[in-house]
Amino acid sequence: MAVRKNQADLTATEKRRLVDALLQLKRSGRYDTFVSTHNAFIMSDTDTGDRVGHRSPSFLPWHRRFLIEFEQALQSVDPSVTLPYWDWTVDRTPTASLWAADFLGGTGRSRDGQVMDGPFAQSAGGWPLNVRVDGRTYLRRALGASVAQLPTRAEVDSVLAMATYDMAPWNSASDGFRNHLEGWRGVNLHNRVHVWVGGQMATGASPNDPVFWMHHAFVDKLWSQWQAKHPASPYLPAAGTRDVVDLHDTMRPWNNVTPADMLDHRGYYTYDTAA
Amino acid sequence: MSRPTRRQAIGVTAGTLAGLALAGSAHAAVPSGQLDTHAAHDVPEAFDEVFQGRRIQGAPAAGHLHHGGGYGVRIDGQELHVMRNADGTWISVVNHYETFATPRAVARAAVVELQGASLVPLA
Repeated sequence: MAVRKNQADLTATEKRRLVDALLQLKRSGRYDTFVSTHNAFIMSDTDTGDRVGHRSPSFLPWHRRFLIEFEQALQSVDPSVTLPYWDWTVDRTPTASLWAADFLGGTGRSRDGQVMDGPFAQSAGGWPLNVRVDGRTYLRRALGASVAQLPTRAEVDSVLAMATYDMAPWNSASDGFRNHLEGWRGVNLHNRVHVWVGGQMATGASPNDPVFWMHHAFVDKLWSQWQAKHPASPYLPAAGTRDVVDLHDTMRPWNNVTPADMLDHRGYYTYDTAA
Repeated sequence: MSRPTRRQAIGVTAGTLAGLALAGSAHAAVPSGQLDTHAAHDVPEAFDEVFQGRRIQGAPAAGHLHHGGGYGVRIDGQELHVMRNADGTWISVVNHYETFATPRAVARAAVVELQGASLVPLA
């Protein structure tokens, strides 16, 4: 059983093994299939049409399944590797160890946003960006440039306090926990973190930056925390909703997994702390 | 040679819609198949300008509802994938997690983000 740890607590060996597994998935071409899948859903999920991966109730179970698939791909390379999570309410500056040269590398240089250090810098040679929205083939970041502050713990707690999972119209205009966590409404948690990182993380091809997985692993953990706080609050909607994945509807692209299957993460992984 | 180009034809459509919006009857101009939340918003006007050295253009995408967007934006002739949110704000594939008030604002934000790079043609 995988144990997902806070990235700040990883040992040097754990970081190295994770980085090596990421580089190997990239070399094999498997990494880029995840970037393609994400971008395809980003572009097709609309507020007034069919929506599965984003701006909809299934944002959380869809990304949970997506991360499980990715974690399994990593483990096919190195069975000891699990996805760490990035608690951006705590490690909230570009000086966090997350951005050190022995892990993800730092922010981009001002001229072109290019990340210049760490294993994913273009100069390291192992991280070409093949699935992209523009011509640039190097990893870019601009930590804190487009939005000054990452969400605070108090802001997270204000969203975790929302007792209703999601509400009609089940999109970016919804009230409720899911849309506030996703960030289209209110204090803005998940979306703001993408913007804070900048570079490819701000685009539809955001999984090009390995921090994508650690960001979403923390969003996933927040869903678990919300469930623990509100044990009587179900996934919504339950059934019969046009363009939206109901509790027992299957989700594309897998077509064999439903939100109901994803409600309890403990069959797949546990956390280093109580959820 | 005298036939109007597709772009000119779109321009006529945009002008017509803008006129109807001013007359307060834009909703009547929306085809019945689109009578959803899009109908609650006025159709943004077309634009065509040079911003920080890049030509940015936008126009209602008549007959070309790419991913349901209903509005087309180009940077130096390449389509920028844009999307309208339920609250009327806009995003693009280049700035996907940050909302902007208008298609022109989303195009300008993309120009800043691209730092001179070309868009990859949409799949």
